[in-house]
Amino acid sequence: MVGIVSYGTYIPRYRIKAEEIARIWGENAEAIKNGLGVYEKSVPDIDEDTATISVMCAREAVKRAGIPRNSIGAVFVGSESHPYAVKPTATIVGEALGIDRFFHSADLEFACKAGTAGIQNCMAMVESGMIRYGLAIGADTSQGAPGDPLEYSASAGGAAFIIGDDGTIAEIRDTLSFTTDTPDFWRREGQPYPSHGGRFTGEPAYFRHVSTAAGEIMKRNNLSPEDFSYAVFHMPNGKFPVRVARMLGFTGKQIEQGLVVRYIGNTYSGSSLLGFCAVLDIARPEERILLTSFGSGAGSDAFIIEVTENIESIERNPGVWEKIRNGVYIDYGFYAKLRRKIRMG
Amino acid sequence: MLPRFWRKIRYRYNLIGTECTNCGKKFYPPRNLCPECRRKSRISEVELGEEGTVISYTVIHDASEPYKLQKPYVVGLVKLNSGPTVTSQIVCDPESVEIGMRVRAVFRKYGEDGEDGIIYYGTKFEPLNAGEME
Repeated sequence: MVGIVSYGTYIPRYRIKAEEIARIWGENAEAIKNGLGVYEKSVPDIDEDTATISVMCAREAVKRAGIPRNSIGAVFVGSESHPYAVKPTATIVGEALGIDRFFHSADLEFACKAGTAGIQNCMAMVESGMIRYGLAIGADTSQGAPGDPLEYSASAGGAAFIIGDDGTIAEIRDTLSFTTDTPDFWRREGQPYPSHGGRFTGEPAYFRHVSTAAGEIMKRNNLSPEDFSYAVFHMPNGKFPVRVARMLGFTGKQIEQGLVVRYIGNTYSGSSLLGFCAVLDIARPEERILLTSFGSGAGSDAFIIEVTENIESIERNPGVWEKIRNGVYIDYGFYAKLRRKIRMG
Repeated sequence: MLPRFWRKIRYRYNLIGTECTNCGKKFYPPRNLCPECRRKSRISEVELGEEGTVISYTVIHDASEPYKLQKPYVVGLVKLNSGPTVTSQIVCDPESVEIGMRVRAVFRKYGEDGEDGIIYYGTKFEPLNAGEME
């Protein structure tokens, strides 16, 4: 059965605390932290972008997989911060991985769920026999306008997955997508920062799509929350995934391991995937995981994943939480320079 | 500039050098001729691995225009475990770099041709213990 053969992650090392952002904008840090459930976030270095993050997590995935590079027949990079408007990030990733030039590649964009869309594309290509292995990446260096609440959460990171049907560490038992035209968050062509509908991003967007996709996939597989060891939901902040988990009937214990948002922020296309990787880091054979992404605009991809005994023979260190802990704090001035928020003369 | 960079992408994205199979010496950047074996040289491409040791470095405080946002930054000589010495930027706090420091190759941006030009990517190095909480 098609599933995950290997995975890799990358989180830039810089961190900025909510207190530091609140200090600049004259806001109450404790209120922000309580309201958003985000305490600090990752910040990319001046020479990092979605392409470099994609390459770093993909290299880790390929190294851990131990498969011949040339057996990768497809590369998908899902992001809302591709470095070029026209020129695929996937071409850069393919070249940097050193795989031969006969591979299918495409960039995907669907706000925060473009990475899981890539996994689904790879699944389809593997199951149809078009390719042996596919590489799906979700990575972002997301931006929030200075002073916007998004600035406390929009961060950077990525995760990569080798999808195949032999030697899988986790089988993907089912996947289901739920998509509607819901303008909760968007960025028009040429605009540097996204716009959003404030509270509208909650009920009609995040909660409707995540709960519908997750609820329906469990229903059609005759499963209920207690049948899962872990659940991971997209993490635009620290509050939404906790609330949607409770709505669906999951316990805090089932989501805690994947709740990485509090310490690295919302890594957009990498968000639910980094949480999922944190779960894979400690998962044991036969455990079942529910993964549900969310992309504004809006849609959710839900997955039912079952861990196989191969998980114990793959290298899983350094794990996601270890990478989260290995950060360097910066102040807002340095952050503003790194994120090019300063207009140069 | 564009075609010149494009021709070297293979060697900049990954540490691929050449080896003279006659004497076993490895080269980076790649050489087409072994300076020792000359006409007896037999050259083939070789992957040089990703880890090495800093054998010397300098800190750039007065950077040229495209790199001024990065200053101060470290440029060093990295002796790869596989043998050759590579000149490269070392991504770390200039205060923390030291001779003998173990480093590994990372994929980073080199620069870009303004806001509407192409973006140049390639290999830099970071400390093997990069990112430990300070």
